[in-house]
Amino acid sequence: MPRPYAYWCKMNQYLIRRLLIAIPTLIGISFVIFAVVNIAPNDPMAQFALNPAVPPEVRENIRHQLGLDQPWPIRYVQWLGAAVQGNLGYSFNSRLPVLTLLSYRLPSTLWVLGMAYIISILLAIPIGILSAVKQYSLIDHLVSAFAFIGFSVPTFFTGVLLILIFSVKLHWLPFIYDSTLVVKDLDSLGQLLKQSAMPIMVLGLFETATLARFIRAAMLENLPLDYVRTARAKGITEYMVIMRHAFRNSMLPVITLIALGVPGVFGGALITEQIFRVPGIGSLLVSSLDTSDIPVIIGITVIYSVLVVLFNLVADILYGFLDPRIKYT
Amino acid sequence: MAQAQAQSLSLRAASVDAELTRKPRSLWSNAWRQFKHHRLAMTGMFVLFGLVLGTILGPLVYTKRIDGIDFGASTLPPSVEHPFGTNDLGQDLLARALWGGRISLAVGVMSVIVSILLGTSVGSIAGYFGGILDSSLMRITDLFLSLPQLPFLLMVIYLFRDPVRQILIGLGQGPEFGVFILIVSVIALTTWMPVARLVRASFLSLKQKEFVEAAHAVGVRAPGIITRHILPNVLSPVIVAATIGVGGAIITESALSFLGLGFPPDTPSWGRLLLDALNFLEVAPHMALFPGLLIFLAVVSINYVGDGMRDALDPRKTR
Repeated sequence: MPRPYAYWCKMNQYLIRRLLIAIPTLIGISFVIFAVVNIAPNDPMAQFALNPAVPPEVRENIRHQLGLDQPWPIRYVQWLGAAVQGNLGYSFNSRLPVLTLLSYRLPSTLWVLGMAYIISILLAIPIGILSAVKQYSLIDHLVSAFAFIGFSVPTFFTGVLLILIFSVKLHWLPFIYDSTLVVKDLDSLGQLLKQSAMPIMVLGLFETATLARFIRAAMLENLPLDYVRTARAKGITEYMVIMRHAFRNSMLPVITLIALGVPGVFGGALITEQIFRVPGIGSLLVSSLDTSDIPVIIGITVIYSVLVVLFNLVADILYGFLDPRIKYT
Repeated sequence: MAQAQAQSLSLRAASVDAELTRKPRSLWSNAWRQFKHHRLAMTGMFVLFGLVLGTILGPLVYTKRIDGIDFGASTLPPSVEHPFGTNDLGQDLLARALWGGRISLAVGVMSVIVSILLGTSVGSIAGYFGGILDSSLMRITDLFLSLPQLPFLLMVIYLFRDPVRQILIGLGQGPEFGVFILIVSVIALTTWMPVARLVRASFLSLKQKEFVEAAHAVGVRAPGIITRHILPNVLSPVIVAATIGVGGAIITESALSFLGLGFPPDTPSWGRLLLDALNFLEVAPHMALFPGLLIFLAVVSINYVGDGMRDALDPRKTR
């Protein structure tokens, strides 16, 4: 649908203003995270303190080299200055840049999460539509029960159940994710699919349940409206009435929900990665918490917050873009 | 004929009389009438009652020790003597699950109470006073909403677990109590925002109403207006949010324990039992099934009760 030039100008203004609001939010969040980490009476040098081979002077020297002898507000400003230029600091343990560490872990996380999210969107749409169109039918009741169960079972229990069924009883799937696997032929691709099947199922079940419930509610709001009746009166087939008319309008809030759900999926994936030992960002966070690797902890938490802010922005913009009734003022 | 008519008239008069003298229905009795029709919500409520009673009274009736180690009875499947089986150390799992239920449910309820108190206070102050107070409180709310909940929770608990434990041991309390306080306050700290927004929105519209003006006119001060006049009108959505929040808090606590960050092994919350089972999935699947099912049952029934309450308190759905 072509839109007038003035629309795009308004849209641009709106975008810029939203971006300008997002920046102080991110600064605020990173400040809170930095403050919490540094107020905690947790000494990253504690591992050296117990080591008799490291004399106190050397410890002070390391502390100085890492910049830990300065008060934390100053370190925050330095950190922020570097972060703006794309440098999140260096890991205390591996001495590697935090971003490099993240880039090693990102592919597994994105693969598992992306597959799970796409599959659940593809499943939830037909399920949601069907149960709304046939409201109070057997299918609808089954779907409602499934949705309720799906988002009431914690992912760590579904994970354990799947391991019990598919690995322990049936021996179909491996329950430990092999991170060294390289996909080079059909055989190794099969292995990759096999080892990621259960994490994808765990995340997919939860997301499908949430989305299907929401799509059903959105469809139920649209189906009794006048424009749907008009469409029927014009003699359009029922399939077209539902898909072309009711469904397209119901998708507006659903798309927002899909965008807003992305950061939550990343957060939830933390547990799934831990169960199946997927070497993703979540397990990196847990292992760096274990070793008090402060730069990595801050880096990952800040990246999670960036995701939250970013997808809030995406949701807002998509909503306005898809719904011509929304005016940017 | 005339007599019959007179009789039916007097009958009708009597029924009108009965209608007038009947006890007036309050919002809550109406809601209860509605709630009773929601079959799944009622089932959920009974299951929940069972779980709560079981965890409170269970350990008094079922007096097996939760910490006695007996390697001779290691990883036994469920039997008459051990209805839930035993774990790798030969400890009775039913006894542990009953104890763990106390902890899991207590964490769920306590953290929601704190979270609701925090959210309601922030929301009502922001909504009632408006101005700079409102905008700054809402900025803070937005900031907390943008914090990634689970990673932030993990971070705070990792960093503060030992110090809080030390302080409480210094005060003469057990270390579990420190973990309990830490988990409750962190869950509350990351979940109060939606309630604050909801309460603020209701306050914004309600403070314009005539009954608030009347209260002003008779000289009620701001705290009185907030707590006695406006707040009762905001209560029903807050209660629904609180109910569903308990389920979420139970899942969060179990997730933390499952990641090994919650309670220590000698304090068997349901999530902790599940974590302990992880290494014995092949030899003793029952170790994982029972605590997992208990978490699931508790959360599903809480969600159904919340759903039923939402329907019952929704004036648009009155039958």
